[in-house]
Amino acid sequence: MPVISSTKNLEALSFTLIAEFDADIQRVWQIWEDPRQLERWWGPPTWPATFEEFDFRAEGKASYYMSGPEGEKARGWWRFTTIDGPKRLAFDDGFADDNGQPVDALGTTHATVNLEGVGDRTRMTIVSSFESEEQMEQMVQMGMEEGMREAVGQIDALLSEHAKA
Amino acid sequence: MVVDQLRETELDRLFQAFADSTRRDIVRRVTVGEYTVSGLAGLYAMSFAAVQKHVAVLERASLVTKEKRGREQIVRGNHEGLQKARRLLDEYEAIWQQRVGRIADILAEG
Repeated sequence: MPVISSTKNLEALSFTLIAEFDADIQRVWQIWEDPRQLERWWGPPTWPATFEEFDFRAEGKASYYMSGPEGEKARGWWRFTTIDGPKRLAFDDGFADDNGQPVDALGTTHATVNLEGVGDRTRMTIVSSFESEEQMEQMVQMGMEEGMREAVGQIDALLSEHAKA
Repeated sequence: MVVDQLRETELDRLFQAFADSTRRDIVRRVTVGEYTVSGLAGLYAMSFAAVQKHVAVLERASLVTKEKRGREQIVRGNHEGLQKARRLLDEYEAIWQQRVGRIADILAEG
């Protein structure tokens, strides 16, 4: 597993995740810099993300939507606060209404991503901090869907192994 | 994406409760053992009434329970309230672990 550690701070409402990838730092930077690659991992398989706007520079904005299994769309926006390739980026991440306008009432998450070369591997550290639990709850809604999808995927994999054996 | 309105209010209370250092200290103490309100009031440089208010905020957020015993009010930790907040962070952690798994898959393609 590429995840090395994750730390949750309940009182500060923050979350830190450290992962190491078997790729150099320039390659790992691309999965953030290239919206077509970002789309492949940001949303869960049941809620894939599509970035309609992606201005990858400090003060630049991105807007995206995630498409649900019933055809519903959940919209969000990012505002990049730091772009220092290939080492560091930071952005605010919030929800948007059907017209793509930010919904301030739901608050924003601030994410900081640091990349560091470790030999021929790359270590990625992400710190997310939340404004309120209400807003964290929104994030998690889709995570539950994803958790179920993962479980189903694992069962499928087990079944196909048995079929081969 | 629809969050139940009642639940939202509960969550707001929960995080309002966590936002103050005295309240966090009270939660830590009463999770381990029971305290009277006057016992808690003796621990902080503030009035009995102020401590009583903090306890009331925690009670509304379902983080502590308060029970009358004779003249005293006994404060205890409410483990369910604490577990709710922790569960949310656990779920968020799972989202990121799955994202990292997908990134690794993309990188493995070369």
